[in-house]
Amino acid sequence: MLILAIYVSIFAVAYGLYGLVAGRMVSRDGITARKTVTFGDESAVTPNRAASVISIVAIFLIWGAFTNSKITPVHVPGPFVGDTSFTYTATNPQNQSDDATVYIRVRPVGEETKKPDISNKPQTGFAKDDAMKVGAWRSGLIRAQNNDEGGKVKGYRVTAINGQPIAPKQSVEVADGVVNMTAKGSLSFVPDKGWQMEPIWLPSPEAVVSRFIEISRDGYQNVTLLENVGWSLFRVIVGFILGSVVGIPLGYAMGLNNWFRGWFDPIVEFMRPIPPLALIPLIIIWFGIWEQGKISLLFLAALWIMTISSRAGVSGVNIAKVHAAYSLGASKFQILVHVIIPNSLPEIFTGARVAMGVCWGTVVAAELVAAEKGAGKMIIAASKFQQTDIVIMGIILIGVIGYGIDILMRMAEKTLVPWKGKS
Amino acid sequence: MTFSLPGGNSIEALKDVSLDLAEGELMSVLGPSGCGKTTLLNIVAGFLAPTGGQVILNGQEVTGPGPERGMVFQQGALFEWMTVRKNVGFGPAMKGVAAPKIKQRVDELLEIVGLHDFGEKAVYELSGGMQQRVALARCLANDPDVILMDEPLGALDALTREKMQGLVLKLWKETGKTIILITHSVEEALLLGERLLVMAPRPGRIHKEYRLPFAEMGVATDLRDVKKRQDYGDKREEILEMIWEMEEEIMGRKE
Repeated sequence: MLILAIYVSIFAVAYGLYGLVAGRMVSRDGITARKTVTFGDESAVTPNRAASVISIVAIFLIWGAFTNSKITPVHVPGPFVGDTSFTYTATNPQNQSDDATVYIRVRPVGEETKKPDISNKPQTGFAKDDAMKVGAWRSGLIRAQNNDEGGKVKGYRVTAINGQPIAPKQSVEVADGVVNMTAKGSLSFVPDKGWQMEPIWLPSPEAVVSRFIEISRDGYQNVTLLENVGWSLFRVIVGFILGSVVGIPLGYAMGLNNWFRGWFDPIVEFMRPIPPLALIPLIIIWFGIWEQGKISLLFLAALWIMTISSRAGVSGVNIAKVHAAYSLGASKFQILVHVIIPNSLPEIFTGARVAMGVCWGTVVAAELVAAEKGAGKMIIAASKFQQTDIVIMGIILIGVIGYGIDILMRMAEKTLVPWKGKS
Repeated sequence: MTFSLPGGNSIEALKDVSLDLAEGELMSVLGPSGCGKTTLLNIVAGFLAPTGGQVILNGQEVTGPGPERGMVFQQGALFEWMTVRKNVGFGPAMKGVAAPKIKQRVDELLEIVGLHDFGEKAVYELSGGMQQRVALARCLANDPDVILMDEPLGALDALTREKMQGLVLKLWKETGKTIILITHSVEEALLLGERLLVMAPRPGRIHKEYRLPFAEMGVATDLRDVKKRQDYGDKREEILEMIWEMEEEIMGRKE
């Protein structure tokens, strides 16, 4: 909730500031600037690139601020680290009371530390001082009365912390933390957690980057990063190509022939809404968990999309164009090659973009289930060892590659079918 | 020609349409919407098989589309994945004519329609009027015996339209092709019709036929001068009157 509030306020403040600054700087030339009606005019709405940049920066700022990152100047309060202490009041069966102090050293995650040295502290009365160490974000249990004189006698108990009475299952706030009393009368100290995320939940951005550098140099579990990503890409491309090789001719046949259309319509319409992920169990049963299974899955993921898009491409041919070609003396085969196929290419490219996206998502999911190498396998293996930085790195990598695939497909579309949407 | 309608009804799109067209004639077909102009053209082109009767061209019955009957469509129906040059050369290329020969022919035709600088452009970069010029050139490249035009200038603005009317007349005279032109513009039908066929709806039939001098005149003089003539104006009024009557009849029947 806090993070959401911060995010929304950054959004609003950036919007306001941008309006103040850019409102004066941006030139008022150009047709869009002269339009008085922009609300509801789709053509007047373009992505504000400044907003895009601020948006990405904001995400990293928040990420950094909550993970004690070096990339952000300000951080939300972190967990308490260092030395602290509280005093407890013990009462013996004779109803005599005495105070003693518990010295605590809270160490940062991942560092070793020793208990605070209390040998030089003067000890008076029957209650004796204690020392304990505890990790940040953790809690430490201490039986403070164990070293007290008569502390193991029945009826000897701790009755107050820093002067505030305490009983089993109650807690008292002290400096830098909270003291809880367990049902059996032991004390547990929980240092302040602050607002920052533990690295095991969310590592800082630079931890992810350094992990990325490390993994791309040394690999993870004896598999290089390139191999992991390469295997995933290889599966996607092989599955997609197989799906296209079967799906596109099938789509053409369905678009051109009644019998084919009737025969395959129920199959295609039935298979289309089934998410490829639902097929994973069956694919594993049939083909096993190795390459054959994964490629069959991706083949099925791409097949129906490509079939439907090429069928739509054929159906979308303007009949006047076909008539014109016949009137110019073209044969059926010539019409297929020179009119129907080029006319359906834009649709097929749209389908290919969708299919590549679906395949990429499916391959990662399939690798999560079972794989030896692959981007999905890498993150599932890392998650089992709680290497959250690798998991996050993997997710970012998967996203970047998926985005890259889409950009490549769009560029290919622009060069190969420049007439798209211009008939 | 009878069409079946869903629900068991049928509609007579055309009835007893019989006409002879001599070589080199320019005939325009005019009529209110729904009178079967386009159906007639589709039958002549061979895209529809008539339920009765036949179309004979050069002593042969028409059974399907063929290169001896070229078509020009309202929206050009150009192949936007080809350059202008490839579009114009499509017919000869399909026949397997050698590339240099095609190139020469295409250059000639582009010159005729006034697009010699646009050969390498993509068709979607051209304006509507230019696209129709390409469509005309593409049709001529195949050297058809008959050119069928289905409201070829219908989608153009008034100024471009007038220019194109001049071009059609010029091509007709220069190439000596037989042309059937469907239109819903009375002016266009008068200007571009050596013969003018007025059709009536329900069932689609020939209502009246004219033989007109304006097309011949238009070849030699400015089209605007033709339009100013007294007899042109009279004819236009007469035909407009006729078509309005038919339209009113249709509306009356509907109510």
